[in-house]
Amino acid sequence: MEKKATRQAYGEALLELGERYPNVVVLDADLAKSTTSIKFAKAFPERFVECGVAEQSMMGTAAGLATAGKICYTGSFAIFATQRALEMVRNVIAYSNLNVKFCPTHAGITVGADGSSHQTVEDIALMRAIPNMRVVVPADYFEAKAAIKAVAEIEGPVFIRLGRLPVPLIFDEHYEFKLGRAVKLKEGKDVTIFAIGLMVGESLEAATTLAEEGIETEVIDVSTLKPLDTEVILGSAAKTHAVVTAEEHSIIGGLGSAIAECLSENLPTPMRRVGIKDRFGLSGAPEELLKHYGLTSEDIVREAKDLLQRD
Amino acid sequence: MDRKKLRQFLEEKARVLRWDIIKMTGEAGSGHPGGSLSAADIVAVLYFYHMRHRPDNPKWPDRDRFVLSKGHACPVLYAALAECGYFPREILWTLRKFNSILQGHPDMRKVPGVEISSGSLGLGLAAANGMALAGKMDGKDYRVYVMIGDGESQEGVVWEASMFAAHYKLDNLVAILDNNGLQIDGPVSQVMEIQPVVDKWRAFGWRVLEIDGHEVLDIADTLVEADKTRGQPTMIVAHTIKGKGVSFMENVVDFHGKAPTKEQMEEALKELSKQGPGAS
Ligand SMILES: Cc1ncc(C[n+]2csc(CCOP(=O)(O)OP(=O)(O)O)c2C)c(N)n1
Repeated sequence: MEKKATRQAYGEALLELGERYPNVVVLDADLAKSTTSIKFAKAFPERFVECGVAEQSMMGTAAGLATAGKICYTGSFAIFATQRALEMVRNVIAYSNLNVKFCPTHAGITVGADGSSHQTVEDIALMRAIPNMRVVVPADYFEAKAAIKAVAEIEGPVFIRLGRLPVPLIFDEHYEFKLGRAVKLKEGKDVTIFAIGLMVGESLEAATTLAEEGIETEVIDVSTLKPLDTEVILGSAAKTHAVVTAEEHSIIGGLGSAIAECLSENLPTPMRRVGIKDRFGLSGAPEELLKHYGLTSEDIVREAKDLLQRD
Repeated sequence: MDRKKLRQFLEEKARVLRWDIIKMTGEAGSGHPGGSLSAADIVAVLYFYHMRHRPDNPKWPDRDRFVLSKGHACPVLYAALAECGYFPREILWTLRKFNSILQGHPDMRKVPGVEISSGSLGLGLAAANGMALAGKMDGKDYRVYVMIGDGESQEGVVWEASMFAAHYKLDNLVAILDNNGLQIDGPVSQVMEIQPVVDKWRAFGWRVLEIDGHEVLDIADTLVEADKTRGQPTMIVAHTIKGKGVSFMENVVDFHGKAPTKEQMEEALKELSKQGPGAS
């Protein structure tokens, strides 16, 4: 299966956005090569703003640019964009619903060897909790590219979480992203797996394994965590009565929490959360880390079977 | 020790560090050789000559502290700690691997001798302020040394901490700027100019000294001089070359966060071995 990192979509989508919208401005904080915004910097140097190693200043600058009618795209590593600059994002941008898009890369633990200081397990939780903020976690390169382009038409702050690890391609170039829409990738009646990011690919694999044991699994790429597609989520839970969530993020505050919040108020459903169990990251190869933190298709299979009391 | 011998000794130690930096990052297949090599002479003088520390007792309360604020350059710190005997040298070759104590960025809970976890830029000076302040509170005479990158100085918190150190007259604190002129996206002057850096730190209330960061005796003398400062913190602006010591890495932006390939590693190790004793 062909693989591509979602961060690759960033630079490529920016190139198209630069052509289409004369008011798109891209900012980066000394990581233009890593985030791939360098592509935009080369094509539209007059609309690329290098901010230096100063994420807080970058977010403040983006806010100011947005007040003058610019559509700002900011890049950095997810840890620094969402945490060093968190208060700027919250008070200066989100509070006033300014038109700034956050598309940080290197999210999750699959950054690998750089270790904990460069990994994020809590970025989605932080972004979800901010009023006005929309939160998107693309499953593959195509969904990432479509989302980055689509949100130019949406007024206000949007967070799109991108990764460094090449992950399997699930969609194709015709995929249409719609903010707030979850995408059903596989129909099933026994259990639903709600997944985001690279865990969507793992979930599809898990569904295949489960099918071999006669368990018909529904797989849904939640894609937008905020606003959440409650209709699709409740519809699937009403059918399967068994839910597993899968995310490369802490089980606190991310997809697992979002689904649990939605189900517990509307349709209490037995569920399991596959995710990082309240721990920091670690140096290692991405695959080793996914295994170590229990983020593989086998982990999903185990949780699903446990939930259905089968083994 | 006479000055000629001292110089030979320290240069030899710096070569050991450089050799280890290349071998570590080469074996790891990732990491940050450029900014590690630029800091090697300064770190060598601190650990093998200037600082008061006990490798057999890393938590000795009276030890001098070294904070590597530009945490990505940890290969140079790990190499120094291993050479001092904080942990066995073989561990160096596990850099950045799963289950290694040598994480991609320094982790104080894992590595004996690492004073504070770092890797997120800009935070080291503030932490060093806290260590220096604790020394004053407790009437201790240990000293705190902190290394900052020139690109790193673009972070606002560096200047908040700078103001703090002067305000609290932390004369037991010495900052060293590894002024190698390069960061990730290019030369510091093009990405976000930080000069005139000497004037800036002076204006913030610091005593500022300038050195060639690759002249070991110059480094040693200046550290002694810095320790004489009273009533204010000292900044040593060290003019350095990113990638120093390996000709094909010197002043090359891409070797910021790119490890040498196996062939480049062999070539670099050979070059370092030719520079004199120490490296092998
Ligand atoms: C808060 C934060 N933002 C961004 C980064 C990513 N980063 C790592 S090193 C670096 C450039 C640092 O340049 P400099 O301080 O000059 O380091 P040196 O050239 O001495 O290696 C950047 C942007 C980081 N580690 N921390």
